[in-house]
Amino acid sequence: MAVADSIISVSQTHEPARAKRRGVKLSTIADHAILIAGALFMLVPVYLALTTASHDAVHIQREGLSFGFSDDLVKNFDAALFAKGGFTGAITGTTMLLNSFILGVGFAVGKIVLSMIAAYAIVYFRLRFATFAFWAIFTTILLPLEVRIVPSYEVIQGIGLTNTYTGLIVPLLASATGTFFFRQFFLSVPDELVEAARIDGAGPVKFFIDILVPLSRTMIAAIFIIMFVYGWNQYLWPTLITTEEGLFTLVRGIRQIIQAMAEGSQIPEYGRMMALAIIAMLPPVAIVILFQSWFVKGLVESEK
Amino acid sequence: MAKVSVSNLSKTYGKGTQAVKPCSFHIADGEFVVLVGPSGCGKSTLLRMIAGLEDITSGELRIGDRVVNDLDPAERDIAMVFQNYALYPHMTVAKNIAYGLKNRGTPAPVIEQKVREAADILNLTEYLDRKPGQLSGGQRQRVAMGRAIVRDPALFLFDEPLSNLDAKLRNQMRIEIRKLQRRLGVTSIYVTHDQVEAMTMADRIFVLNDGRIEQVGTPAEIYHKPASTFVASFMGAPPMNLLPGNYNGNGSVLLDDQTAIKIGQAANHKGAVQVGVRPEDVVLASPRDGVPFQIDVVEELGANRLLHGNLAGHPFTVSVGKEADAAPGISGLRFDPCAIHLFHPEEGHRL
Repeated sequence: MAVADSIISVSQTHEPARAKRRGVKLSTIADHAILIAGALFMLVPVYLALTTASHDAVHIQREGLSFGFSDDLVKNFDAALFAKGGFTGAITGTTMLLNSFILGVGFAVGKIVLSMIAAYAIVYFRLRFATFAFWAIFTTILLPLEVRIVPSYEVIQGIGLTNTYTGLIVPLLASATGTFFFRQFFLSVPDELVEAARIDGAGPVKFFIDILVPLSRTMIAAIFIIMFVYGWNQYLWPTLITTEEGLFTLVRGIRQIIQAMAEGSQIPEYGRMMALAIIAMLPPVAIVILFQSWFVKGLVESEK
Repeated sequence: MAKVSVSNLSKTYGKGTQAVKPCSFHIADGEFVVLVGPSGCGKSTLLRMIAGLEDITSGELRIGDRVVNDLDPAERDIAMVFQNYALYPHMTVAKNIAYGLKNRGTPAPVIEQKVREAADILNLTEYLDRKPGQLSGGQRQRVAMGRAIVRDPALFLFDEPLSNLDAKLRNQMRIEIRKLQRRLGVTSIYVTHDQVEAMTMADRIFVLNDGRIEQVGTPAEIYHKPASTFVASFMGAPPMNLLPGNYNGNGSVLLDDQTAIKIGQAANHKGAVQVGVRPEDVVLASPRDGVPFQIDVVEELGANRLLHGNLAGHPFTVSVGKEADAAPGISGLRFDPCAIHLFHPEEGHRL
């Protein structure tokens, strides 16, 4: 968010540079005021989470969120990452972080692979019901996981995939959005490229791997960002499908900490929870920043 | 290197539109054939059938001694250069050129040597590590050529390869392609809508119109003996003048205003005809001396001038040399009897 805001503010200051000397200044100030307000709106909660994470649980329970730093920051982060928690005491922050990564990456990669292959079939092969198939896939946008969650759970439970990574990831993979984006992209690839490849002796698989996949790099990066964050933030499905604490992801783990502690009639470890929340935020931000540079690179190199 | 034989080849699309009507022809080994015609005349479809990118509805296609109707493009031993080059944007020039060889399982050292040879021929050596996006239009065109020649195919196919280039580069590439083809001696089929390209590059021109081959001949034959009014008006810039007239078998035709023009050869058709005259086949004279010609506009082209005007009530264009004195007004024209073409008034074929 912060990155996007700063990009917008840069382009804003450049644009109306010399149009009207006095009017411009005022509107620039107004623009900046709005942008700064927006940035604060986004960033203050993060800051609050960080400062609060530096207090001990008792202080937080008594005073609520606090703006100033205290001494327990390292302790809380250390507890968030390495202290064993949960009912069985079998899970630490790092295992949850790892689980979230497996979910996020598996989710994003699986979605990309599946939707690319589906789009390839729809666009490049003269299938009898290709258009129908596409629209059939597309309408599943209207049926998100939440709508079909009971039957999905039934099926996964029936084949005994609860409490496995497979059960966690696979039911979420079929993606109309991904298929749609890749279809639109493939349609924009010139036909001559396929024909040149055919004359060069590349069969369907070779064309896909040697030409289409590398051409889709930026598209893949974009979808990876979206899907990773989406997968990382999954809450409902992991809550249903994982009951073993060893498979908990960060997002549901945060809640578990409060719950476990509260039920144990102790003061919930708010500081540790805040620290965990910040840790949970970092990887998606890192992924966005990392792939954004790829994005720009892909756009600057004029390829088509 | 191979000859190409086509017999009764045709293409009909799903809804019954016949893009290419049954046609037969032979192309000799090492010949450079240009298929020319307006857009939608079926020239590209014909080329794509030969390439194997389009299914053949009926007829037989032979490249060399093989019937290739049902072979995959990769197995036909052809190479094709596309209008938009169709280079693989993510591969370097070297990889673009090598891709076809790689897919055929050519050993790496051989590929490297062949790529270097091709790059050498096309002056691409210093660009081998660049990507197509970093090259100019002419260089990309040469990479596309490189991709074609590196495989030593039996047949080159060109699909309007120069139409994305600017005029100057087009002239230059035209000559380069022709030189290269001469040097390699590979049979080539070249599709274009540009009659200048057709005239300058071809050993033989096939003029296509409406899915049919209208005329086959050397550039000179096509130009001097057009088989129909379509060919006459398509080949040559400015096109041949066509005027309605009347021929009664006595060695001259009468134009609409009863002016008689002598013709060199008798034709076995009497009555209404179309009279064709190339703009450069007339000589400017004084109004008393020749057929009256009303000049409306003078177009200065440097080396020559185009005089647009009116002859016997119909638009008429004359091309004169730069030394000729011409100004809007009434002038006279003298015709060369041997340069008068007569065509059938409705069907348009040559008489």
